[in-house]
Amino acid sequence: MTSLQLLGFGPGGWGALLLLGALITLAVTATALAIGAVLGALVASMKLSRNLPLAAIGHAYTTVFRGVPELLIIYLIYFGGSSAVTAIGQALGYEGFLGLPSFLAGALAVGIISGAYQAEVYRGAYLAIAPGELEAALAVGMSRRLRLRRIVMPQVIRFAIPGLGNVWQLSLKDSALISVTGLAELMRTSQVAAGSTRQYFLFYIVGGSLYLILTSLSDRIFRRAERQADRSQSVAMIGRG
Amino acid sequence: MSGPPRLSVRNIRKSFGTHEVLKGISLEARDGDVISLLGASGSGKSTFLRCINLLEIATEGEIFVDGEEIRMVKKGGHNQPASQKQVDHIRSELGMVFQSFNLWSHMTILQNVIEGPVHVLKRPRAECIAEAEALLEKVGIVDKRHAYPAHLSGGQQQRAAIARALAMKPKAMLFDEPTSALDPELVGEVLRVMRALAEEGMTMLVVTHEMSFARNVSNRVVFMREGVVDSAGAPQDMFGSGASPAFRQFIGHFGQA
Repeated sequence: MTSLQLLGFGPGGWGALLLLGALITLAVTATALAIGAVLGALVASMKLSRNLPLAAIGHAYTTVFRGVPELLIIYLIYFGGSSAVTAIGQALGYEGFLGLPSFLAGALAVGIISGAYQAEVYRGAYLAIAPGELEAALAVGMSRRLRLRRIVMPQVIRFAIPGLGNVWQLSLKDSALISVTGLAELMRTSQVAAGSTRQYFLFYIVGGSLYLILTSLSDRIFRRAERQADRSQSVAMIGRG
Repeated sequence: MSGPPRLSVRNIRKSFGTHEVLKGISLEARDGDVISLLGASGSGKSTFLRCINLLEIATEGEIFVDGEEIRMVKKGGHNQPASQKQVDHIRSELGMVFQSFNLWSHMTILQNVIEGPVHVLKRPRAECIAEAEALLEKVGIVDKRHAYPAHLSGGQQQRAAIARALAMKPKAMLFDEPTSALDPELVGEVLRVMRALAEEGMTMLVVTHEMSFARNVSNRVVFMREGVVDSAGAPQDMFGSGASPAFRQFIGHFGQA
């Protein structure tokens, strides 16, 4: 078979599987980013809190999950999670091993890591809000909730977009590590294709190119979002945050 | 003038740590009063103004807005507002204009002006927009209503901030050095708006270094020094022969003695 046939969509071609792998990579990264957004917002508000124990917990979270290898977290969640599920299964009378779905475990693991990085992004974004604008919100009689919804959140999102673009890119690459759990995302599919055809060079180059396409496309989307969010700022302000 | 004073502040004290900034200040503003608060920096005049709408919490003292007392409780020896709800309500009744404008940078000028009426007072949006446009017309920047604050000059931003405060239909306006952050050539346009407001009968408390405003627009001048009221009175007395030695020395720095 020629290289073109190997990469094609005909019989024996890996094209469809590779594309599917790319889609799964996107899906697992997007899920991870969403999980990380919730965790990150939570951790950021803990770190910003004046409640010292809460701030310490937030601090510990970002220290641990930025400081431990991603692969270790994935193993921890996948195998740790699976043994927990098995234990629950046994308690309910089911004998044998129960695996955590690899998509879920992967998204959770990458999401937890992404949350640590996102927490830093959100914290920085909050601190970038001009204190005077928060004071003006107080002075007009806004309640705490209204202030959060109308003044804080829109600005945090605006200031967070460049940083989030970075985190997305990191998470996209971290998602390759999920291949160790057997999830047929882009990395795993490239590996399998390379192994079974012995065309290592070809399939790793193609896999790498697909990753590059994903990252540069998403980079473009984030840039556009950034421009959109920055329309309220003067030229000199663009690039801040 | 009948009814309670718009603002009544009794014996306000404020300490930061062991440093006492305000050492017992009382002041009353009746309907239509325009009071200029003068004093050297560090005399406590901005802190005093911020205590009135509770951006700072006075350590001691009583504040009444239109006869309503802001309820305080002692917590660990410090005054704390008894009800956050009342604090929010009182703040919505007092218009505040800051030295650095503090417009919300993610909103257009029009959005800034309708934000309070729509979301705090929960009034119909269309009505608020019509009023906001009239206010922006009045302060002379209606053509900028769809621009963002970052695209306006300081003087325009401050006029927008005044319109934002007016949109709440406040019982009194507090100005915290409204022209101090402006380039000299932009001071006049803001002072003109403030003067027009005074002439319409708005009750105003103005912390300022603009001696011409204090002398020509306000009907009372309060001179603060080291956390106390050194002297107070009608501008013609204060700037005339009735000036205290300290006030005479203070205005000497402005070339007005």
